[in-house]
Amino acid sequence: MVQCSSPRLDRSFAALSDATRRGIIVQLGQADASITSLADRFEMTLTGMKKHVDVLERAGLVVTHKAGRVRTCRLGPRGLRAEAEWIELHRTLFEDRYAALDAVISEINQEGSDGSAG
Amino acid sequence: MDQQDKDTGSARNRTVVERKGDRELVVTRTFDAPPGVVYRAWSQPELFRRWWMPRSVSGVALVACDMDVRTGGKYRLEFSAGDAGTMAFYGKYLEVVPNERIVWTNDEGEAGAITTVTFEEQDGKTLLRFHEAYPSEAALEEALQGSAAGLPEQLDQLEELLAGGGG
Repeated sequence: MVQCSSPRLDRSFAALSDATRRGIIVQLGQADASITSLADRFEMTLTGMKKHVDVLERAGLVVTHKAGRVRTCRLGPRGLRAEAEWIELHRTLFEDRYAALDAVISEINQEGSDGSAG
Repeated sequence: MDQQDKDTGSARNRTVVERKGDRELVVTRTFDAPPGVVYRAWSQPELFRRWWMPRSVSGVALVACDMDVRTGGKYRLEFSAGDAGTMAFYGKYLEVVPNERIVWTNDEGEAGAITTVTFEEQDGKTLLRFHEAYPSEAALEEALQGSAAGLPEQLDQLEELLAGGGG
């Protein structure tokens, strides 16, 4: 699809280019989790996990919330909506596209076309 | 699946969009004409350019449309997006079976999808299936993140521009 360069998109692509970070997104899709529990699950140091989460947060894919000494991570609103938006975008595009194609087709039909390709 | 509307009249034909598996997009739609007619509208550049990119949705105009629709042939579409400049989409036809199927590559990106369109006759009408397969789940995620994140914004900007709100 159409892609114009934008810092936000570049950050998203960069954030999702790493297998661990994609794994974090999958985990958070199932349940919110603290940085500590994510670090345990991915067998990483706390510092390493913090770096990954920072990258995801800057890209808007993850939101963190600090309560006392625990930083909880959850998916950013955009991450959850992305798929639905993408589908919706395609539906809008194709519905319009195909309505225009209908018009072209009925014109061909009116030419008394026998359906043979030219 | 939903019951298809029994009305004749093309306004009743529903466009169904699904994401299948980890890396596929499928769009299906019925057209009130035999496959030969629909295929013509898809494979002849002068007809294709009239419907492929409706301005109402994208705000971009198709300014160049070169299509050599045969196995091994190439295509190149160029769009003008006003101030945003021009965008080009290009690739080659991997397989062309007149009135039945067209398969092409999308070479403008790193991890381009393979697109397959099939034209299937059903009671004198055509069931058209548009199928896009990305090479990996990550590539689809990128397309998903990219278009979902970027396009609504672009469309909003465009709307503002059209409404005369652009500074």
